[in-house]
Amino acid sequence: MAYLDHAATTPMLPEAIEAMTAHLAVTGNASSLHAAGRRARRTVEEGRETLAAALGARPSEVVFTSGGTEADNLAVKGLYWARRDADPRRTRVLASPVEHHAVLDAVDWLASHEGADVEYLPVDRYGRVHPETLREAIARDPESVALATVMWANNEIGTVLPIRELADVAAEFGVPLHADAVQAVGQVPVDFAASGLAAMTVSGHKIGGPYGIGALLLGREHTPVPVLHGGGQERHVRSGTLDVPAVAAFAVAARLATERREEFAREIGALRDELVTTVRALVPDAILGGDPVERLPANAHFTFPGCEGDSLLLLLDAAGIACSTGSACTAGIAQPSHVLLATGTDPDLARGTLRFSLGHTSTKEDVAAVAEAIGPAVERARTAGLS
Amino acid sequence: MSGGVDSAVAAARAAEAGHDVTGVHLALSANPQSFRTGARGCCTIEDSRDARRAADVIGIPFYVWDLAERFREDVVDDFVAEYEAGRTPNPCLRCNEKIKFAALLDKALALGFDAVCTGHYATVVLNEDGTRELHRASDMAKDQSYVLGVLDEKQLAHAMFPLGDTLTTKDEIRAEAERRGLAVAKKPDSHDICFIADGDTQGFLASRLGKAEGDIVDEAGTKVGTHEGAYGFTIGQRKGLRIGHPAADGKPRYVLDISPVNNTVTVGPVEALDVTGLTAIKPRWCGTAPEGEGRYTAQLRAHGGETEVTASLTDGELTVSFAEPVRGVAPGQAIVLYDGTRVVGSATIATTSRRATATA
Repeated sequence: MAYLDHAATTPMLPEAIEAMTAHLAVTGNASSLHAAGRRARRTVEEGRETLAAALGARPSEVVFTSGGTEADNLAVKGLYWARRDADPRRTRVLASPVEHHAVLDAVDWLASHEGADVEYLPVDRYGRVHPETLREAIARDPESVALATVMWANNEIGTVLPIRELADVAAEFGVPLHADAVQAVGQVPVDFAASGLAAMTVSGHKIGGPYGIGALLLGREHTPVPVLHGGGQERHVRSGTLDVPAVAAFAVAARLATERREEFAREIGALRDELVTTVRALVPDAILGGDPVERLPANAHFTFPGCEGDSLLLLLDAAGIACSTGSACTAGIAQPSHVLLATGTDPDLARGTLRFSLGHTSTKEDVAAVAEAIGPAVERARTAGLS
Repeated sequence: MSGGVDSAVAAARAAEAGHDVTGVHLALSANPQSFRTGARGCCTIEDSRDARRAADVIGIPFYVWDLAERFREDVVDDFVAEYEAGRTPNPCLRCNEKIKFAALLDKALALGFDAVCTGHYATVVLNEDGTRELHRASDMAKDQSYVLGVLDEKQLAHAMFPLGDTLTTKDEIRAEAERRGLAVAKKPDSHDICFIADGDTQGFLASRLGKAEGDIVDEAGTKVGTHEGAYGFTIGQRKGLRIGHPAADGKPRYVLDISPVNNTVTVGPVEALDVTGLTAIKPRWCGTAPEGEGRYTAQLRAHGGETEVTASLTDGELTVSFAEPVRGVAPGQAIVLYDGTRVVGSATIATTSRRATATA
């Protein structure tokens, strides 16, 4: 099978599996005071230090969560509540329209349940928010902004956003900026301290770590209102007994993903370029999505005019190729991608998308499999048309 | 794969027989609702999940295809329009004709598949000359050939019914599902119209057509009551007429006729429901159209019995006379003609003739 859906989840690194399994057999609640607890706590704190070092953060800035979705919810809702509590005028939430649903739906929930005034920041045709756009939006009424949230790199079309510049603008006005960096880690340089962000989301299973763990990197000056209340773990911001084996494995994966980033970007980037060249040669009217230069090295996103993305997926799956349409679905029904719609793509065209995402196990054989299957698949999907 | 037990077992049998099977659940509602209690037809998220779970256990790919727009145009709107015109449609036949063995089949063929396989209880027979015949299921009690009577030979050539040719009771199908590890084994059957999740057809029609008060009259034309919309009635209906006073002879009254033109519902005694013949339009033949007059058995409802008829085709209109009078025949329903167990074809009932008077 040619697995080209690493942006959905990527295989765990052997070193991470080793760390995880080693700790699965060890008992200990990191909150306990006895010897077993201390041992667990040591593992967690060493993991926290490793993760922080890998991502340019201080250990005290790491808040472990159950994954990217929870970290996004904690940042968006928690910071909104905290900032509004401090000043009731702060009800504006500025967000990019190309966010992952973990951010989009949290933002929409704030609008429908917490009286938030949500403003979606216009993006260019590559899905990028320009710093000047953010400046204009904040400057319209700086006192009323609760927070801004813009992803570091887009999970569908792979465009990398100018986070540093956006954070500079937000900082000028004292507005906290959150970035979902789930897709960026291990692919582009990610340094929390240098970014100027108030909060940043990372996830374990997208970088070779385990499922079910992620973290919100959170500047010490920010104290979001918790989404989960309980035992007061993680700076009282995120209660719940820590998953010690997962923390250990996540830390190993983050360290390796960062250490190997340049090599990964070079080698997997070259493989991705080969994939793009191949697909364009075989299907000349295929449109490459996202920024052609400022993009994730492992992402190749295409639109195939006249095709239903779902049909292509089915045909490629039957040919042993795992990829994605890139867009979310409702009850299993494919919807035109909100990312493409935000970039101004025609809705019918936006239904014919495929995302190939490469990863640390990708090979030339994977590209060869696509080369063999894509032409006939597109031809058939075109015959089936848009139902 | 509707999410029910029949299509799950059909898929499992097809896969086991060596076919390259892909599970498809049709999303037919523009706004799928989740019903926790489940099993109210084929339009819920819950059912889609059940179908996916079954596909995963069988080990086949699974996709949800969104045919809601086609379904609305070809089935739901047609259903409403037929009731509005005073007729009684069968949306399941319509769905098989226009959706499952048309829109779905066309897309499947374009994607390189060979056939649509469903959990219907019916049998396809391949003749030596390459032609195909549709027959009743081996088990007459579960036979569903009536709702497939609209399929022509071309559609039949791409149809598979793995449940139709085995003498298995529903209990045995459930046991087979259980044996195969399919969680839908104990799921209740769905009987209702799938796009009317709460089963309230009158409420559904009222919401689509609004109220239109009119008269209920007896056979002599005397007003005996009022109604809130002629479309809310079916010929042969007895309950829900809400006629304040009894008939002169004290006998119960039944809906005899629905006239949308003057929004009138005619009621009368049960004898007046006896139909001796009918005409039917839009015939669809499974194979070549019959010539001249022929003797057949006919089925007039999904769960109805068989009736001996004589039928002939003239200018695309079928004229049928019954050997014995039958009751409760309504325009809009389908008549399916059989030669023994073989489905000859079907047509939509346009007019019925009664002993005394003919109604339009």
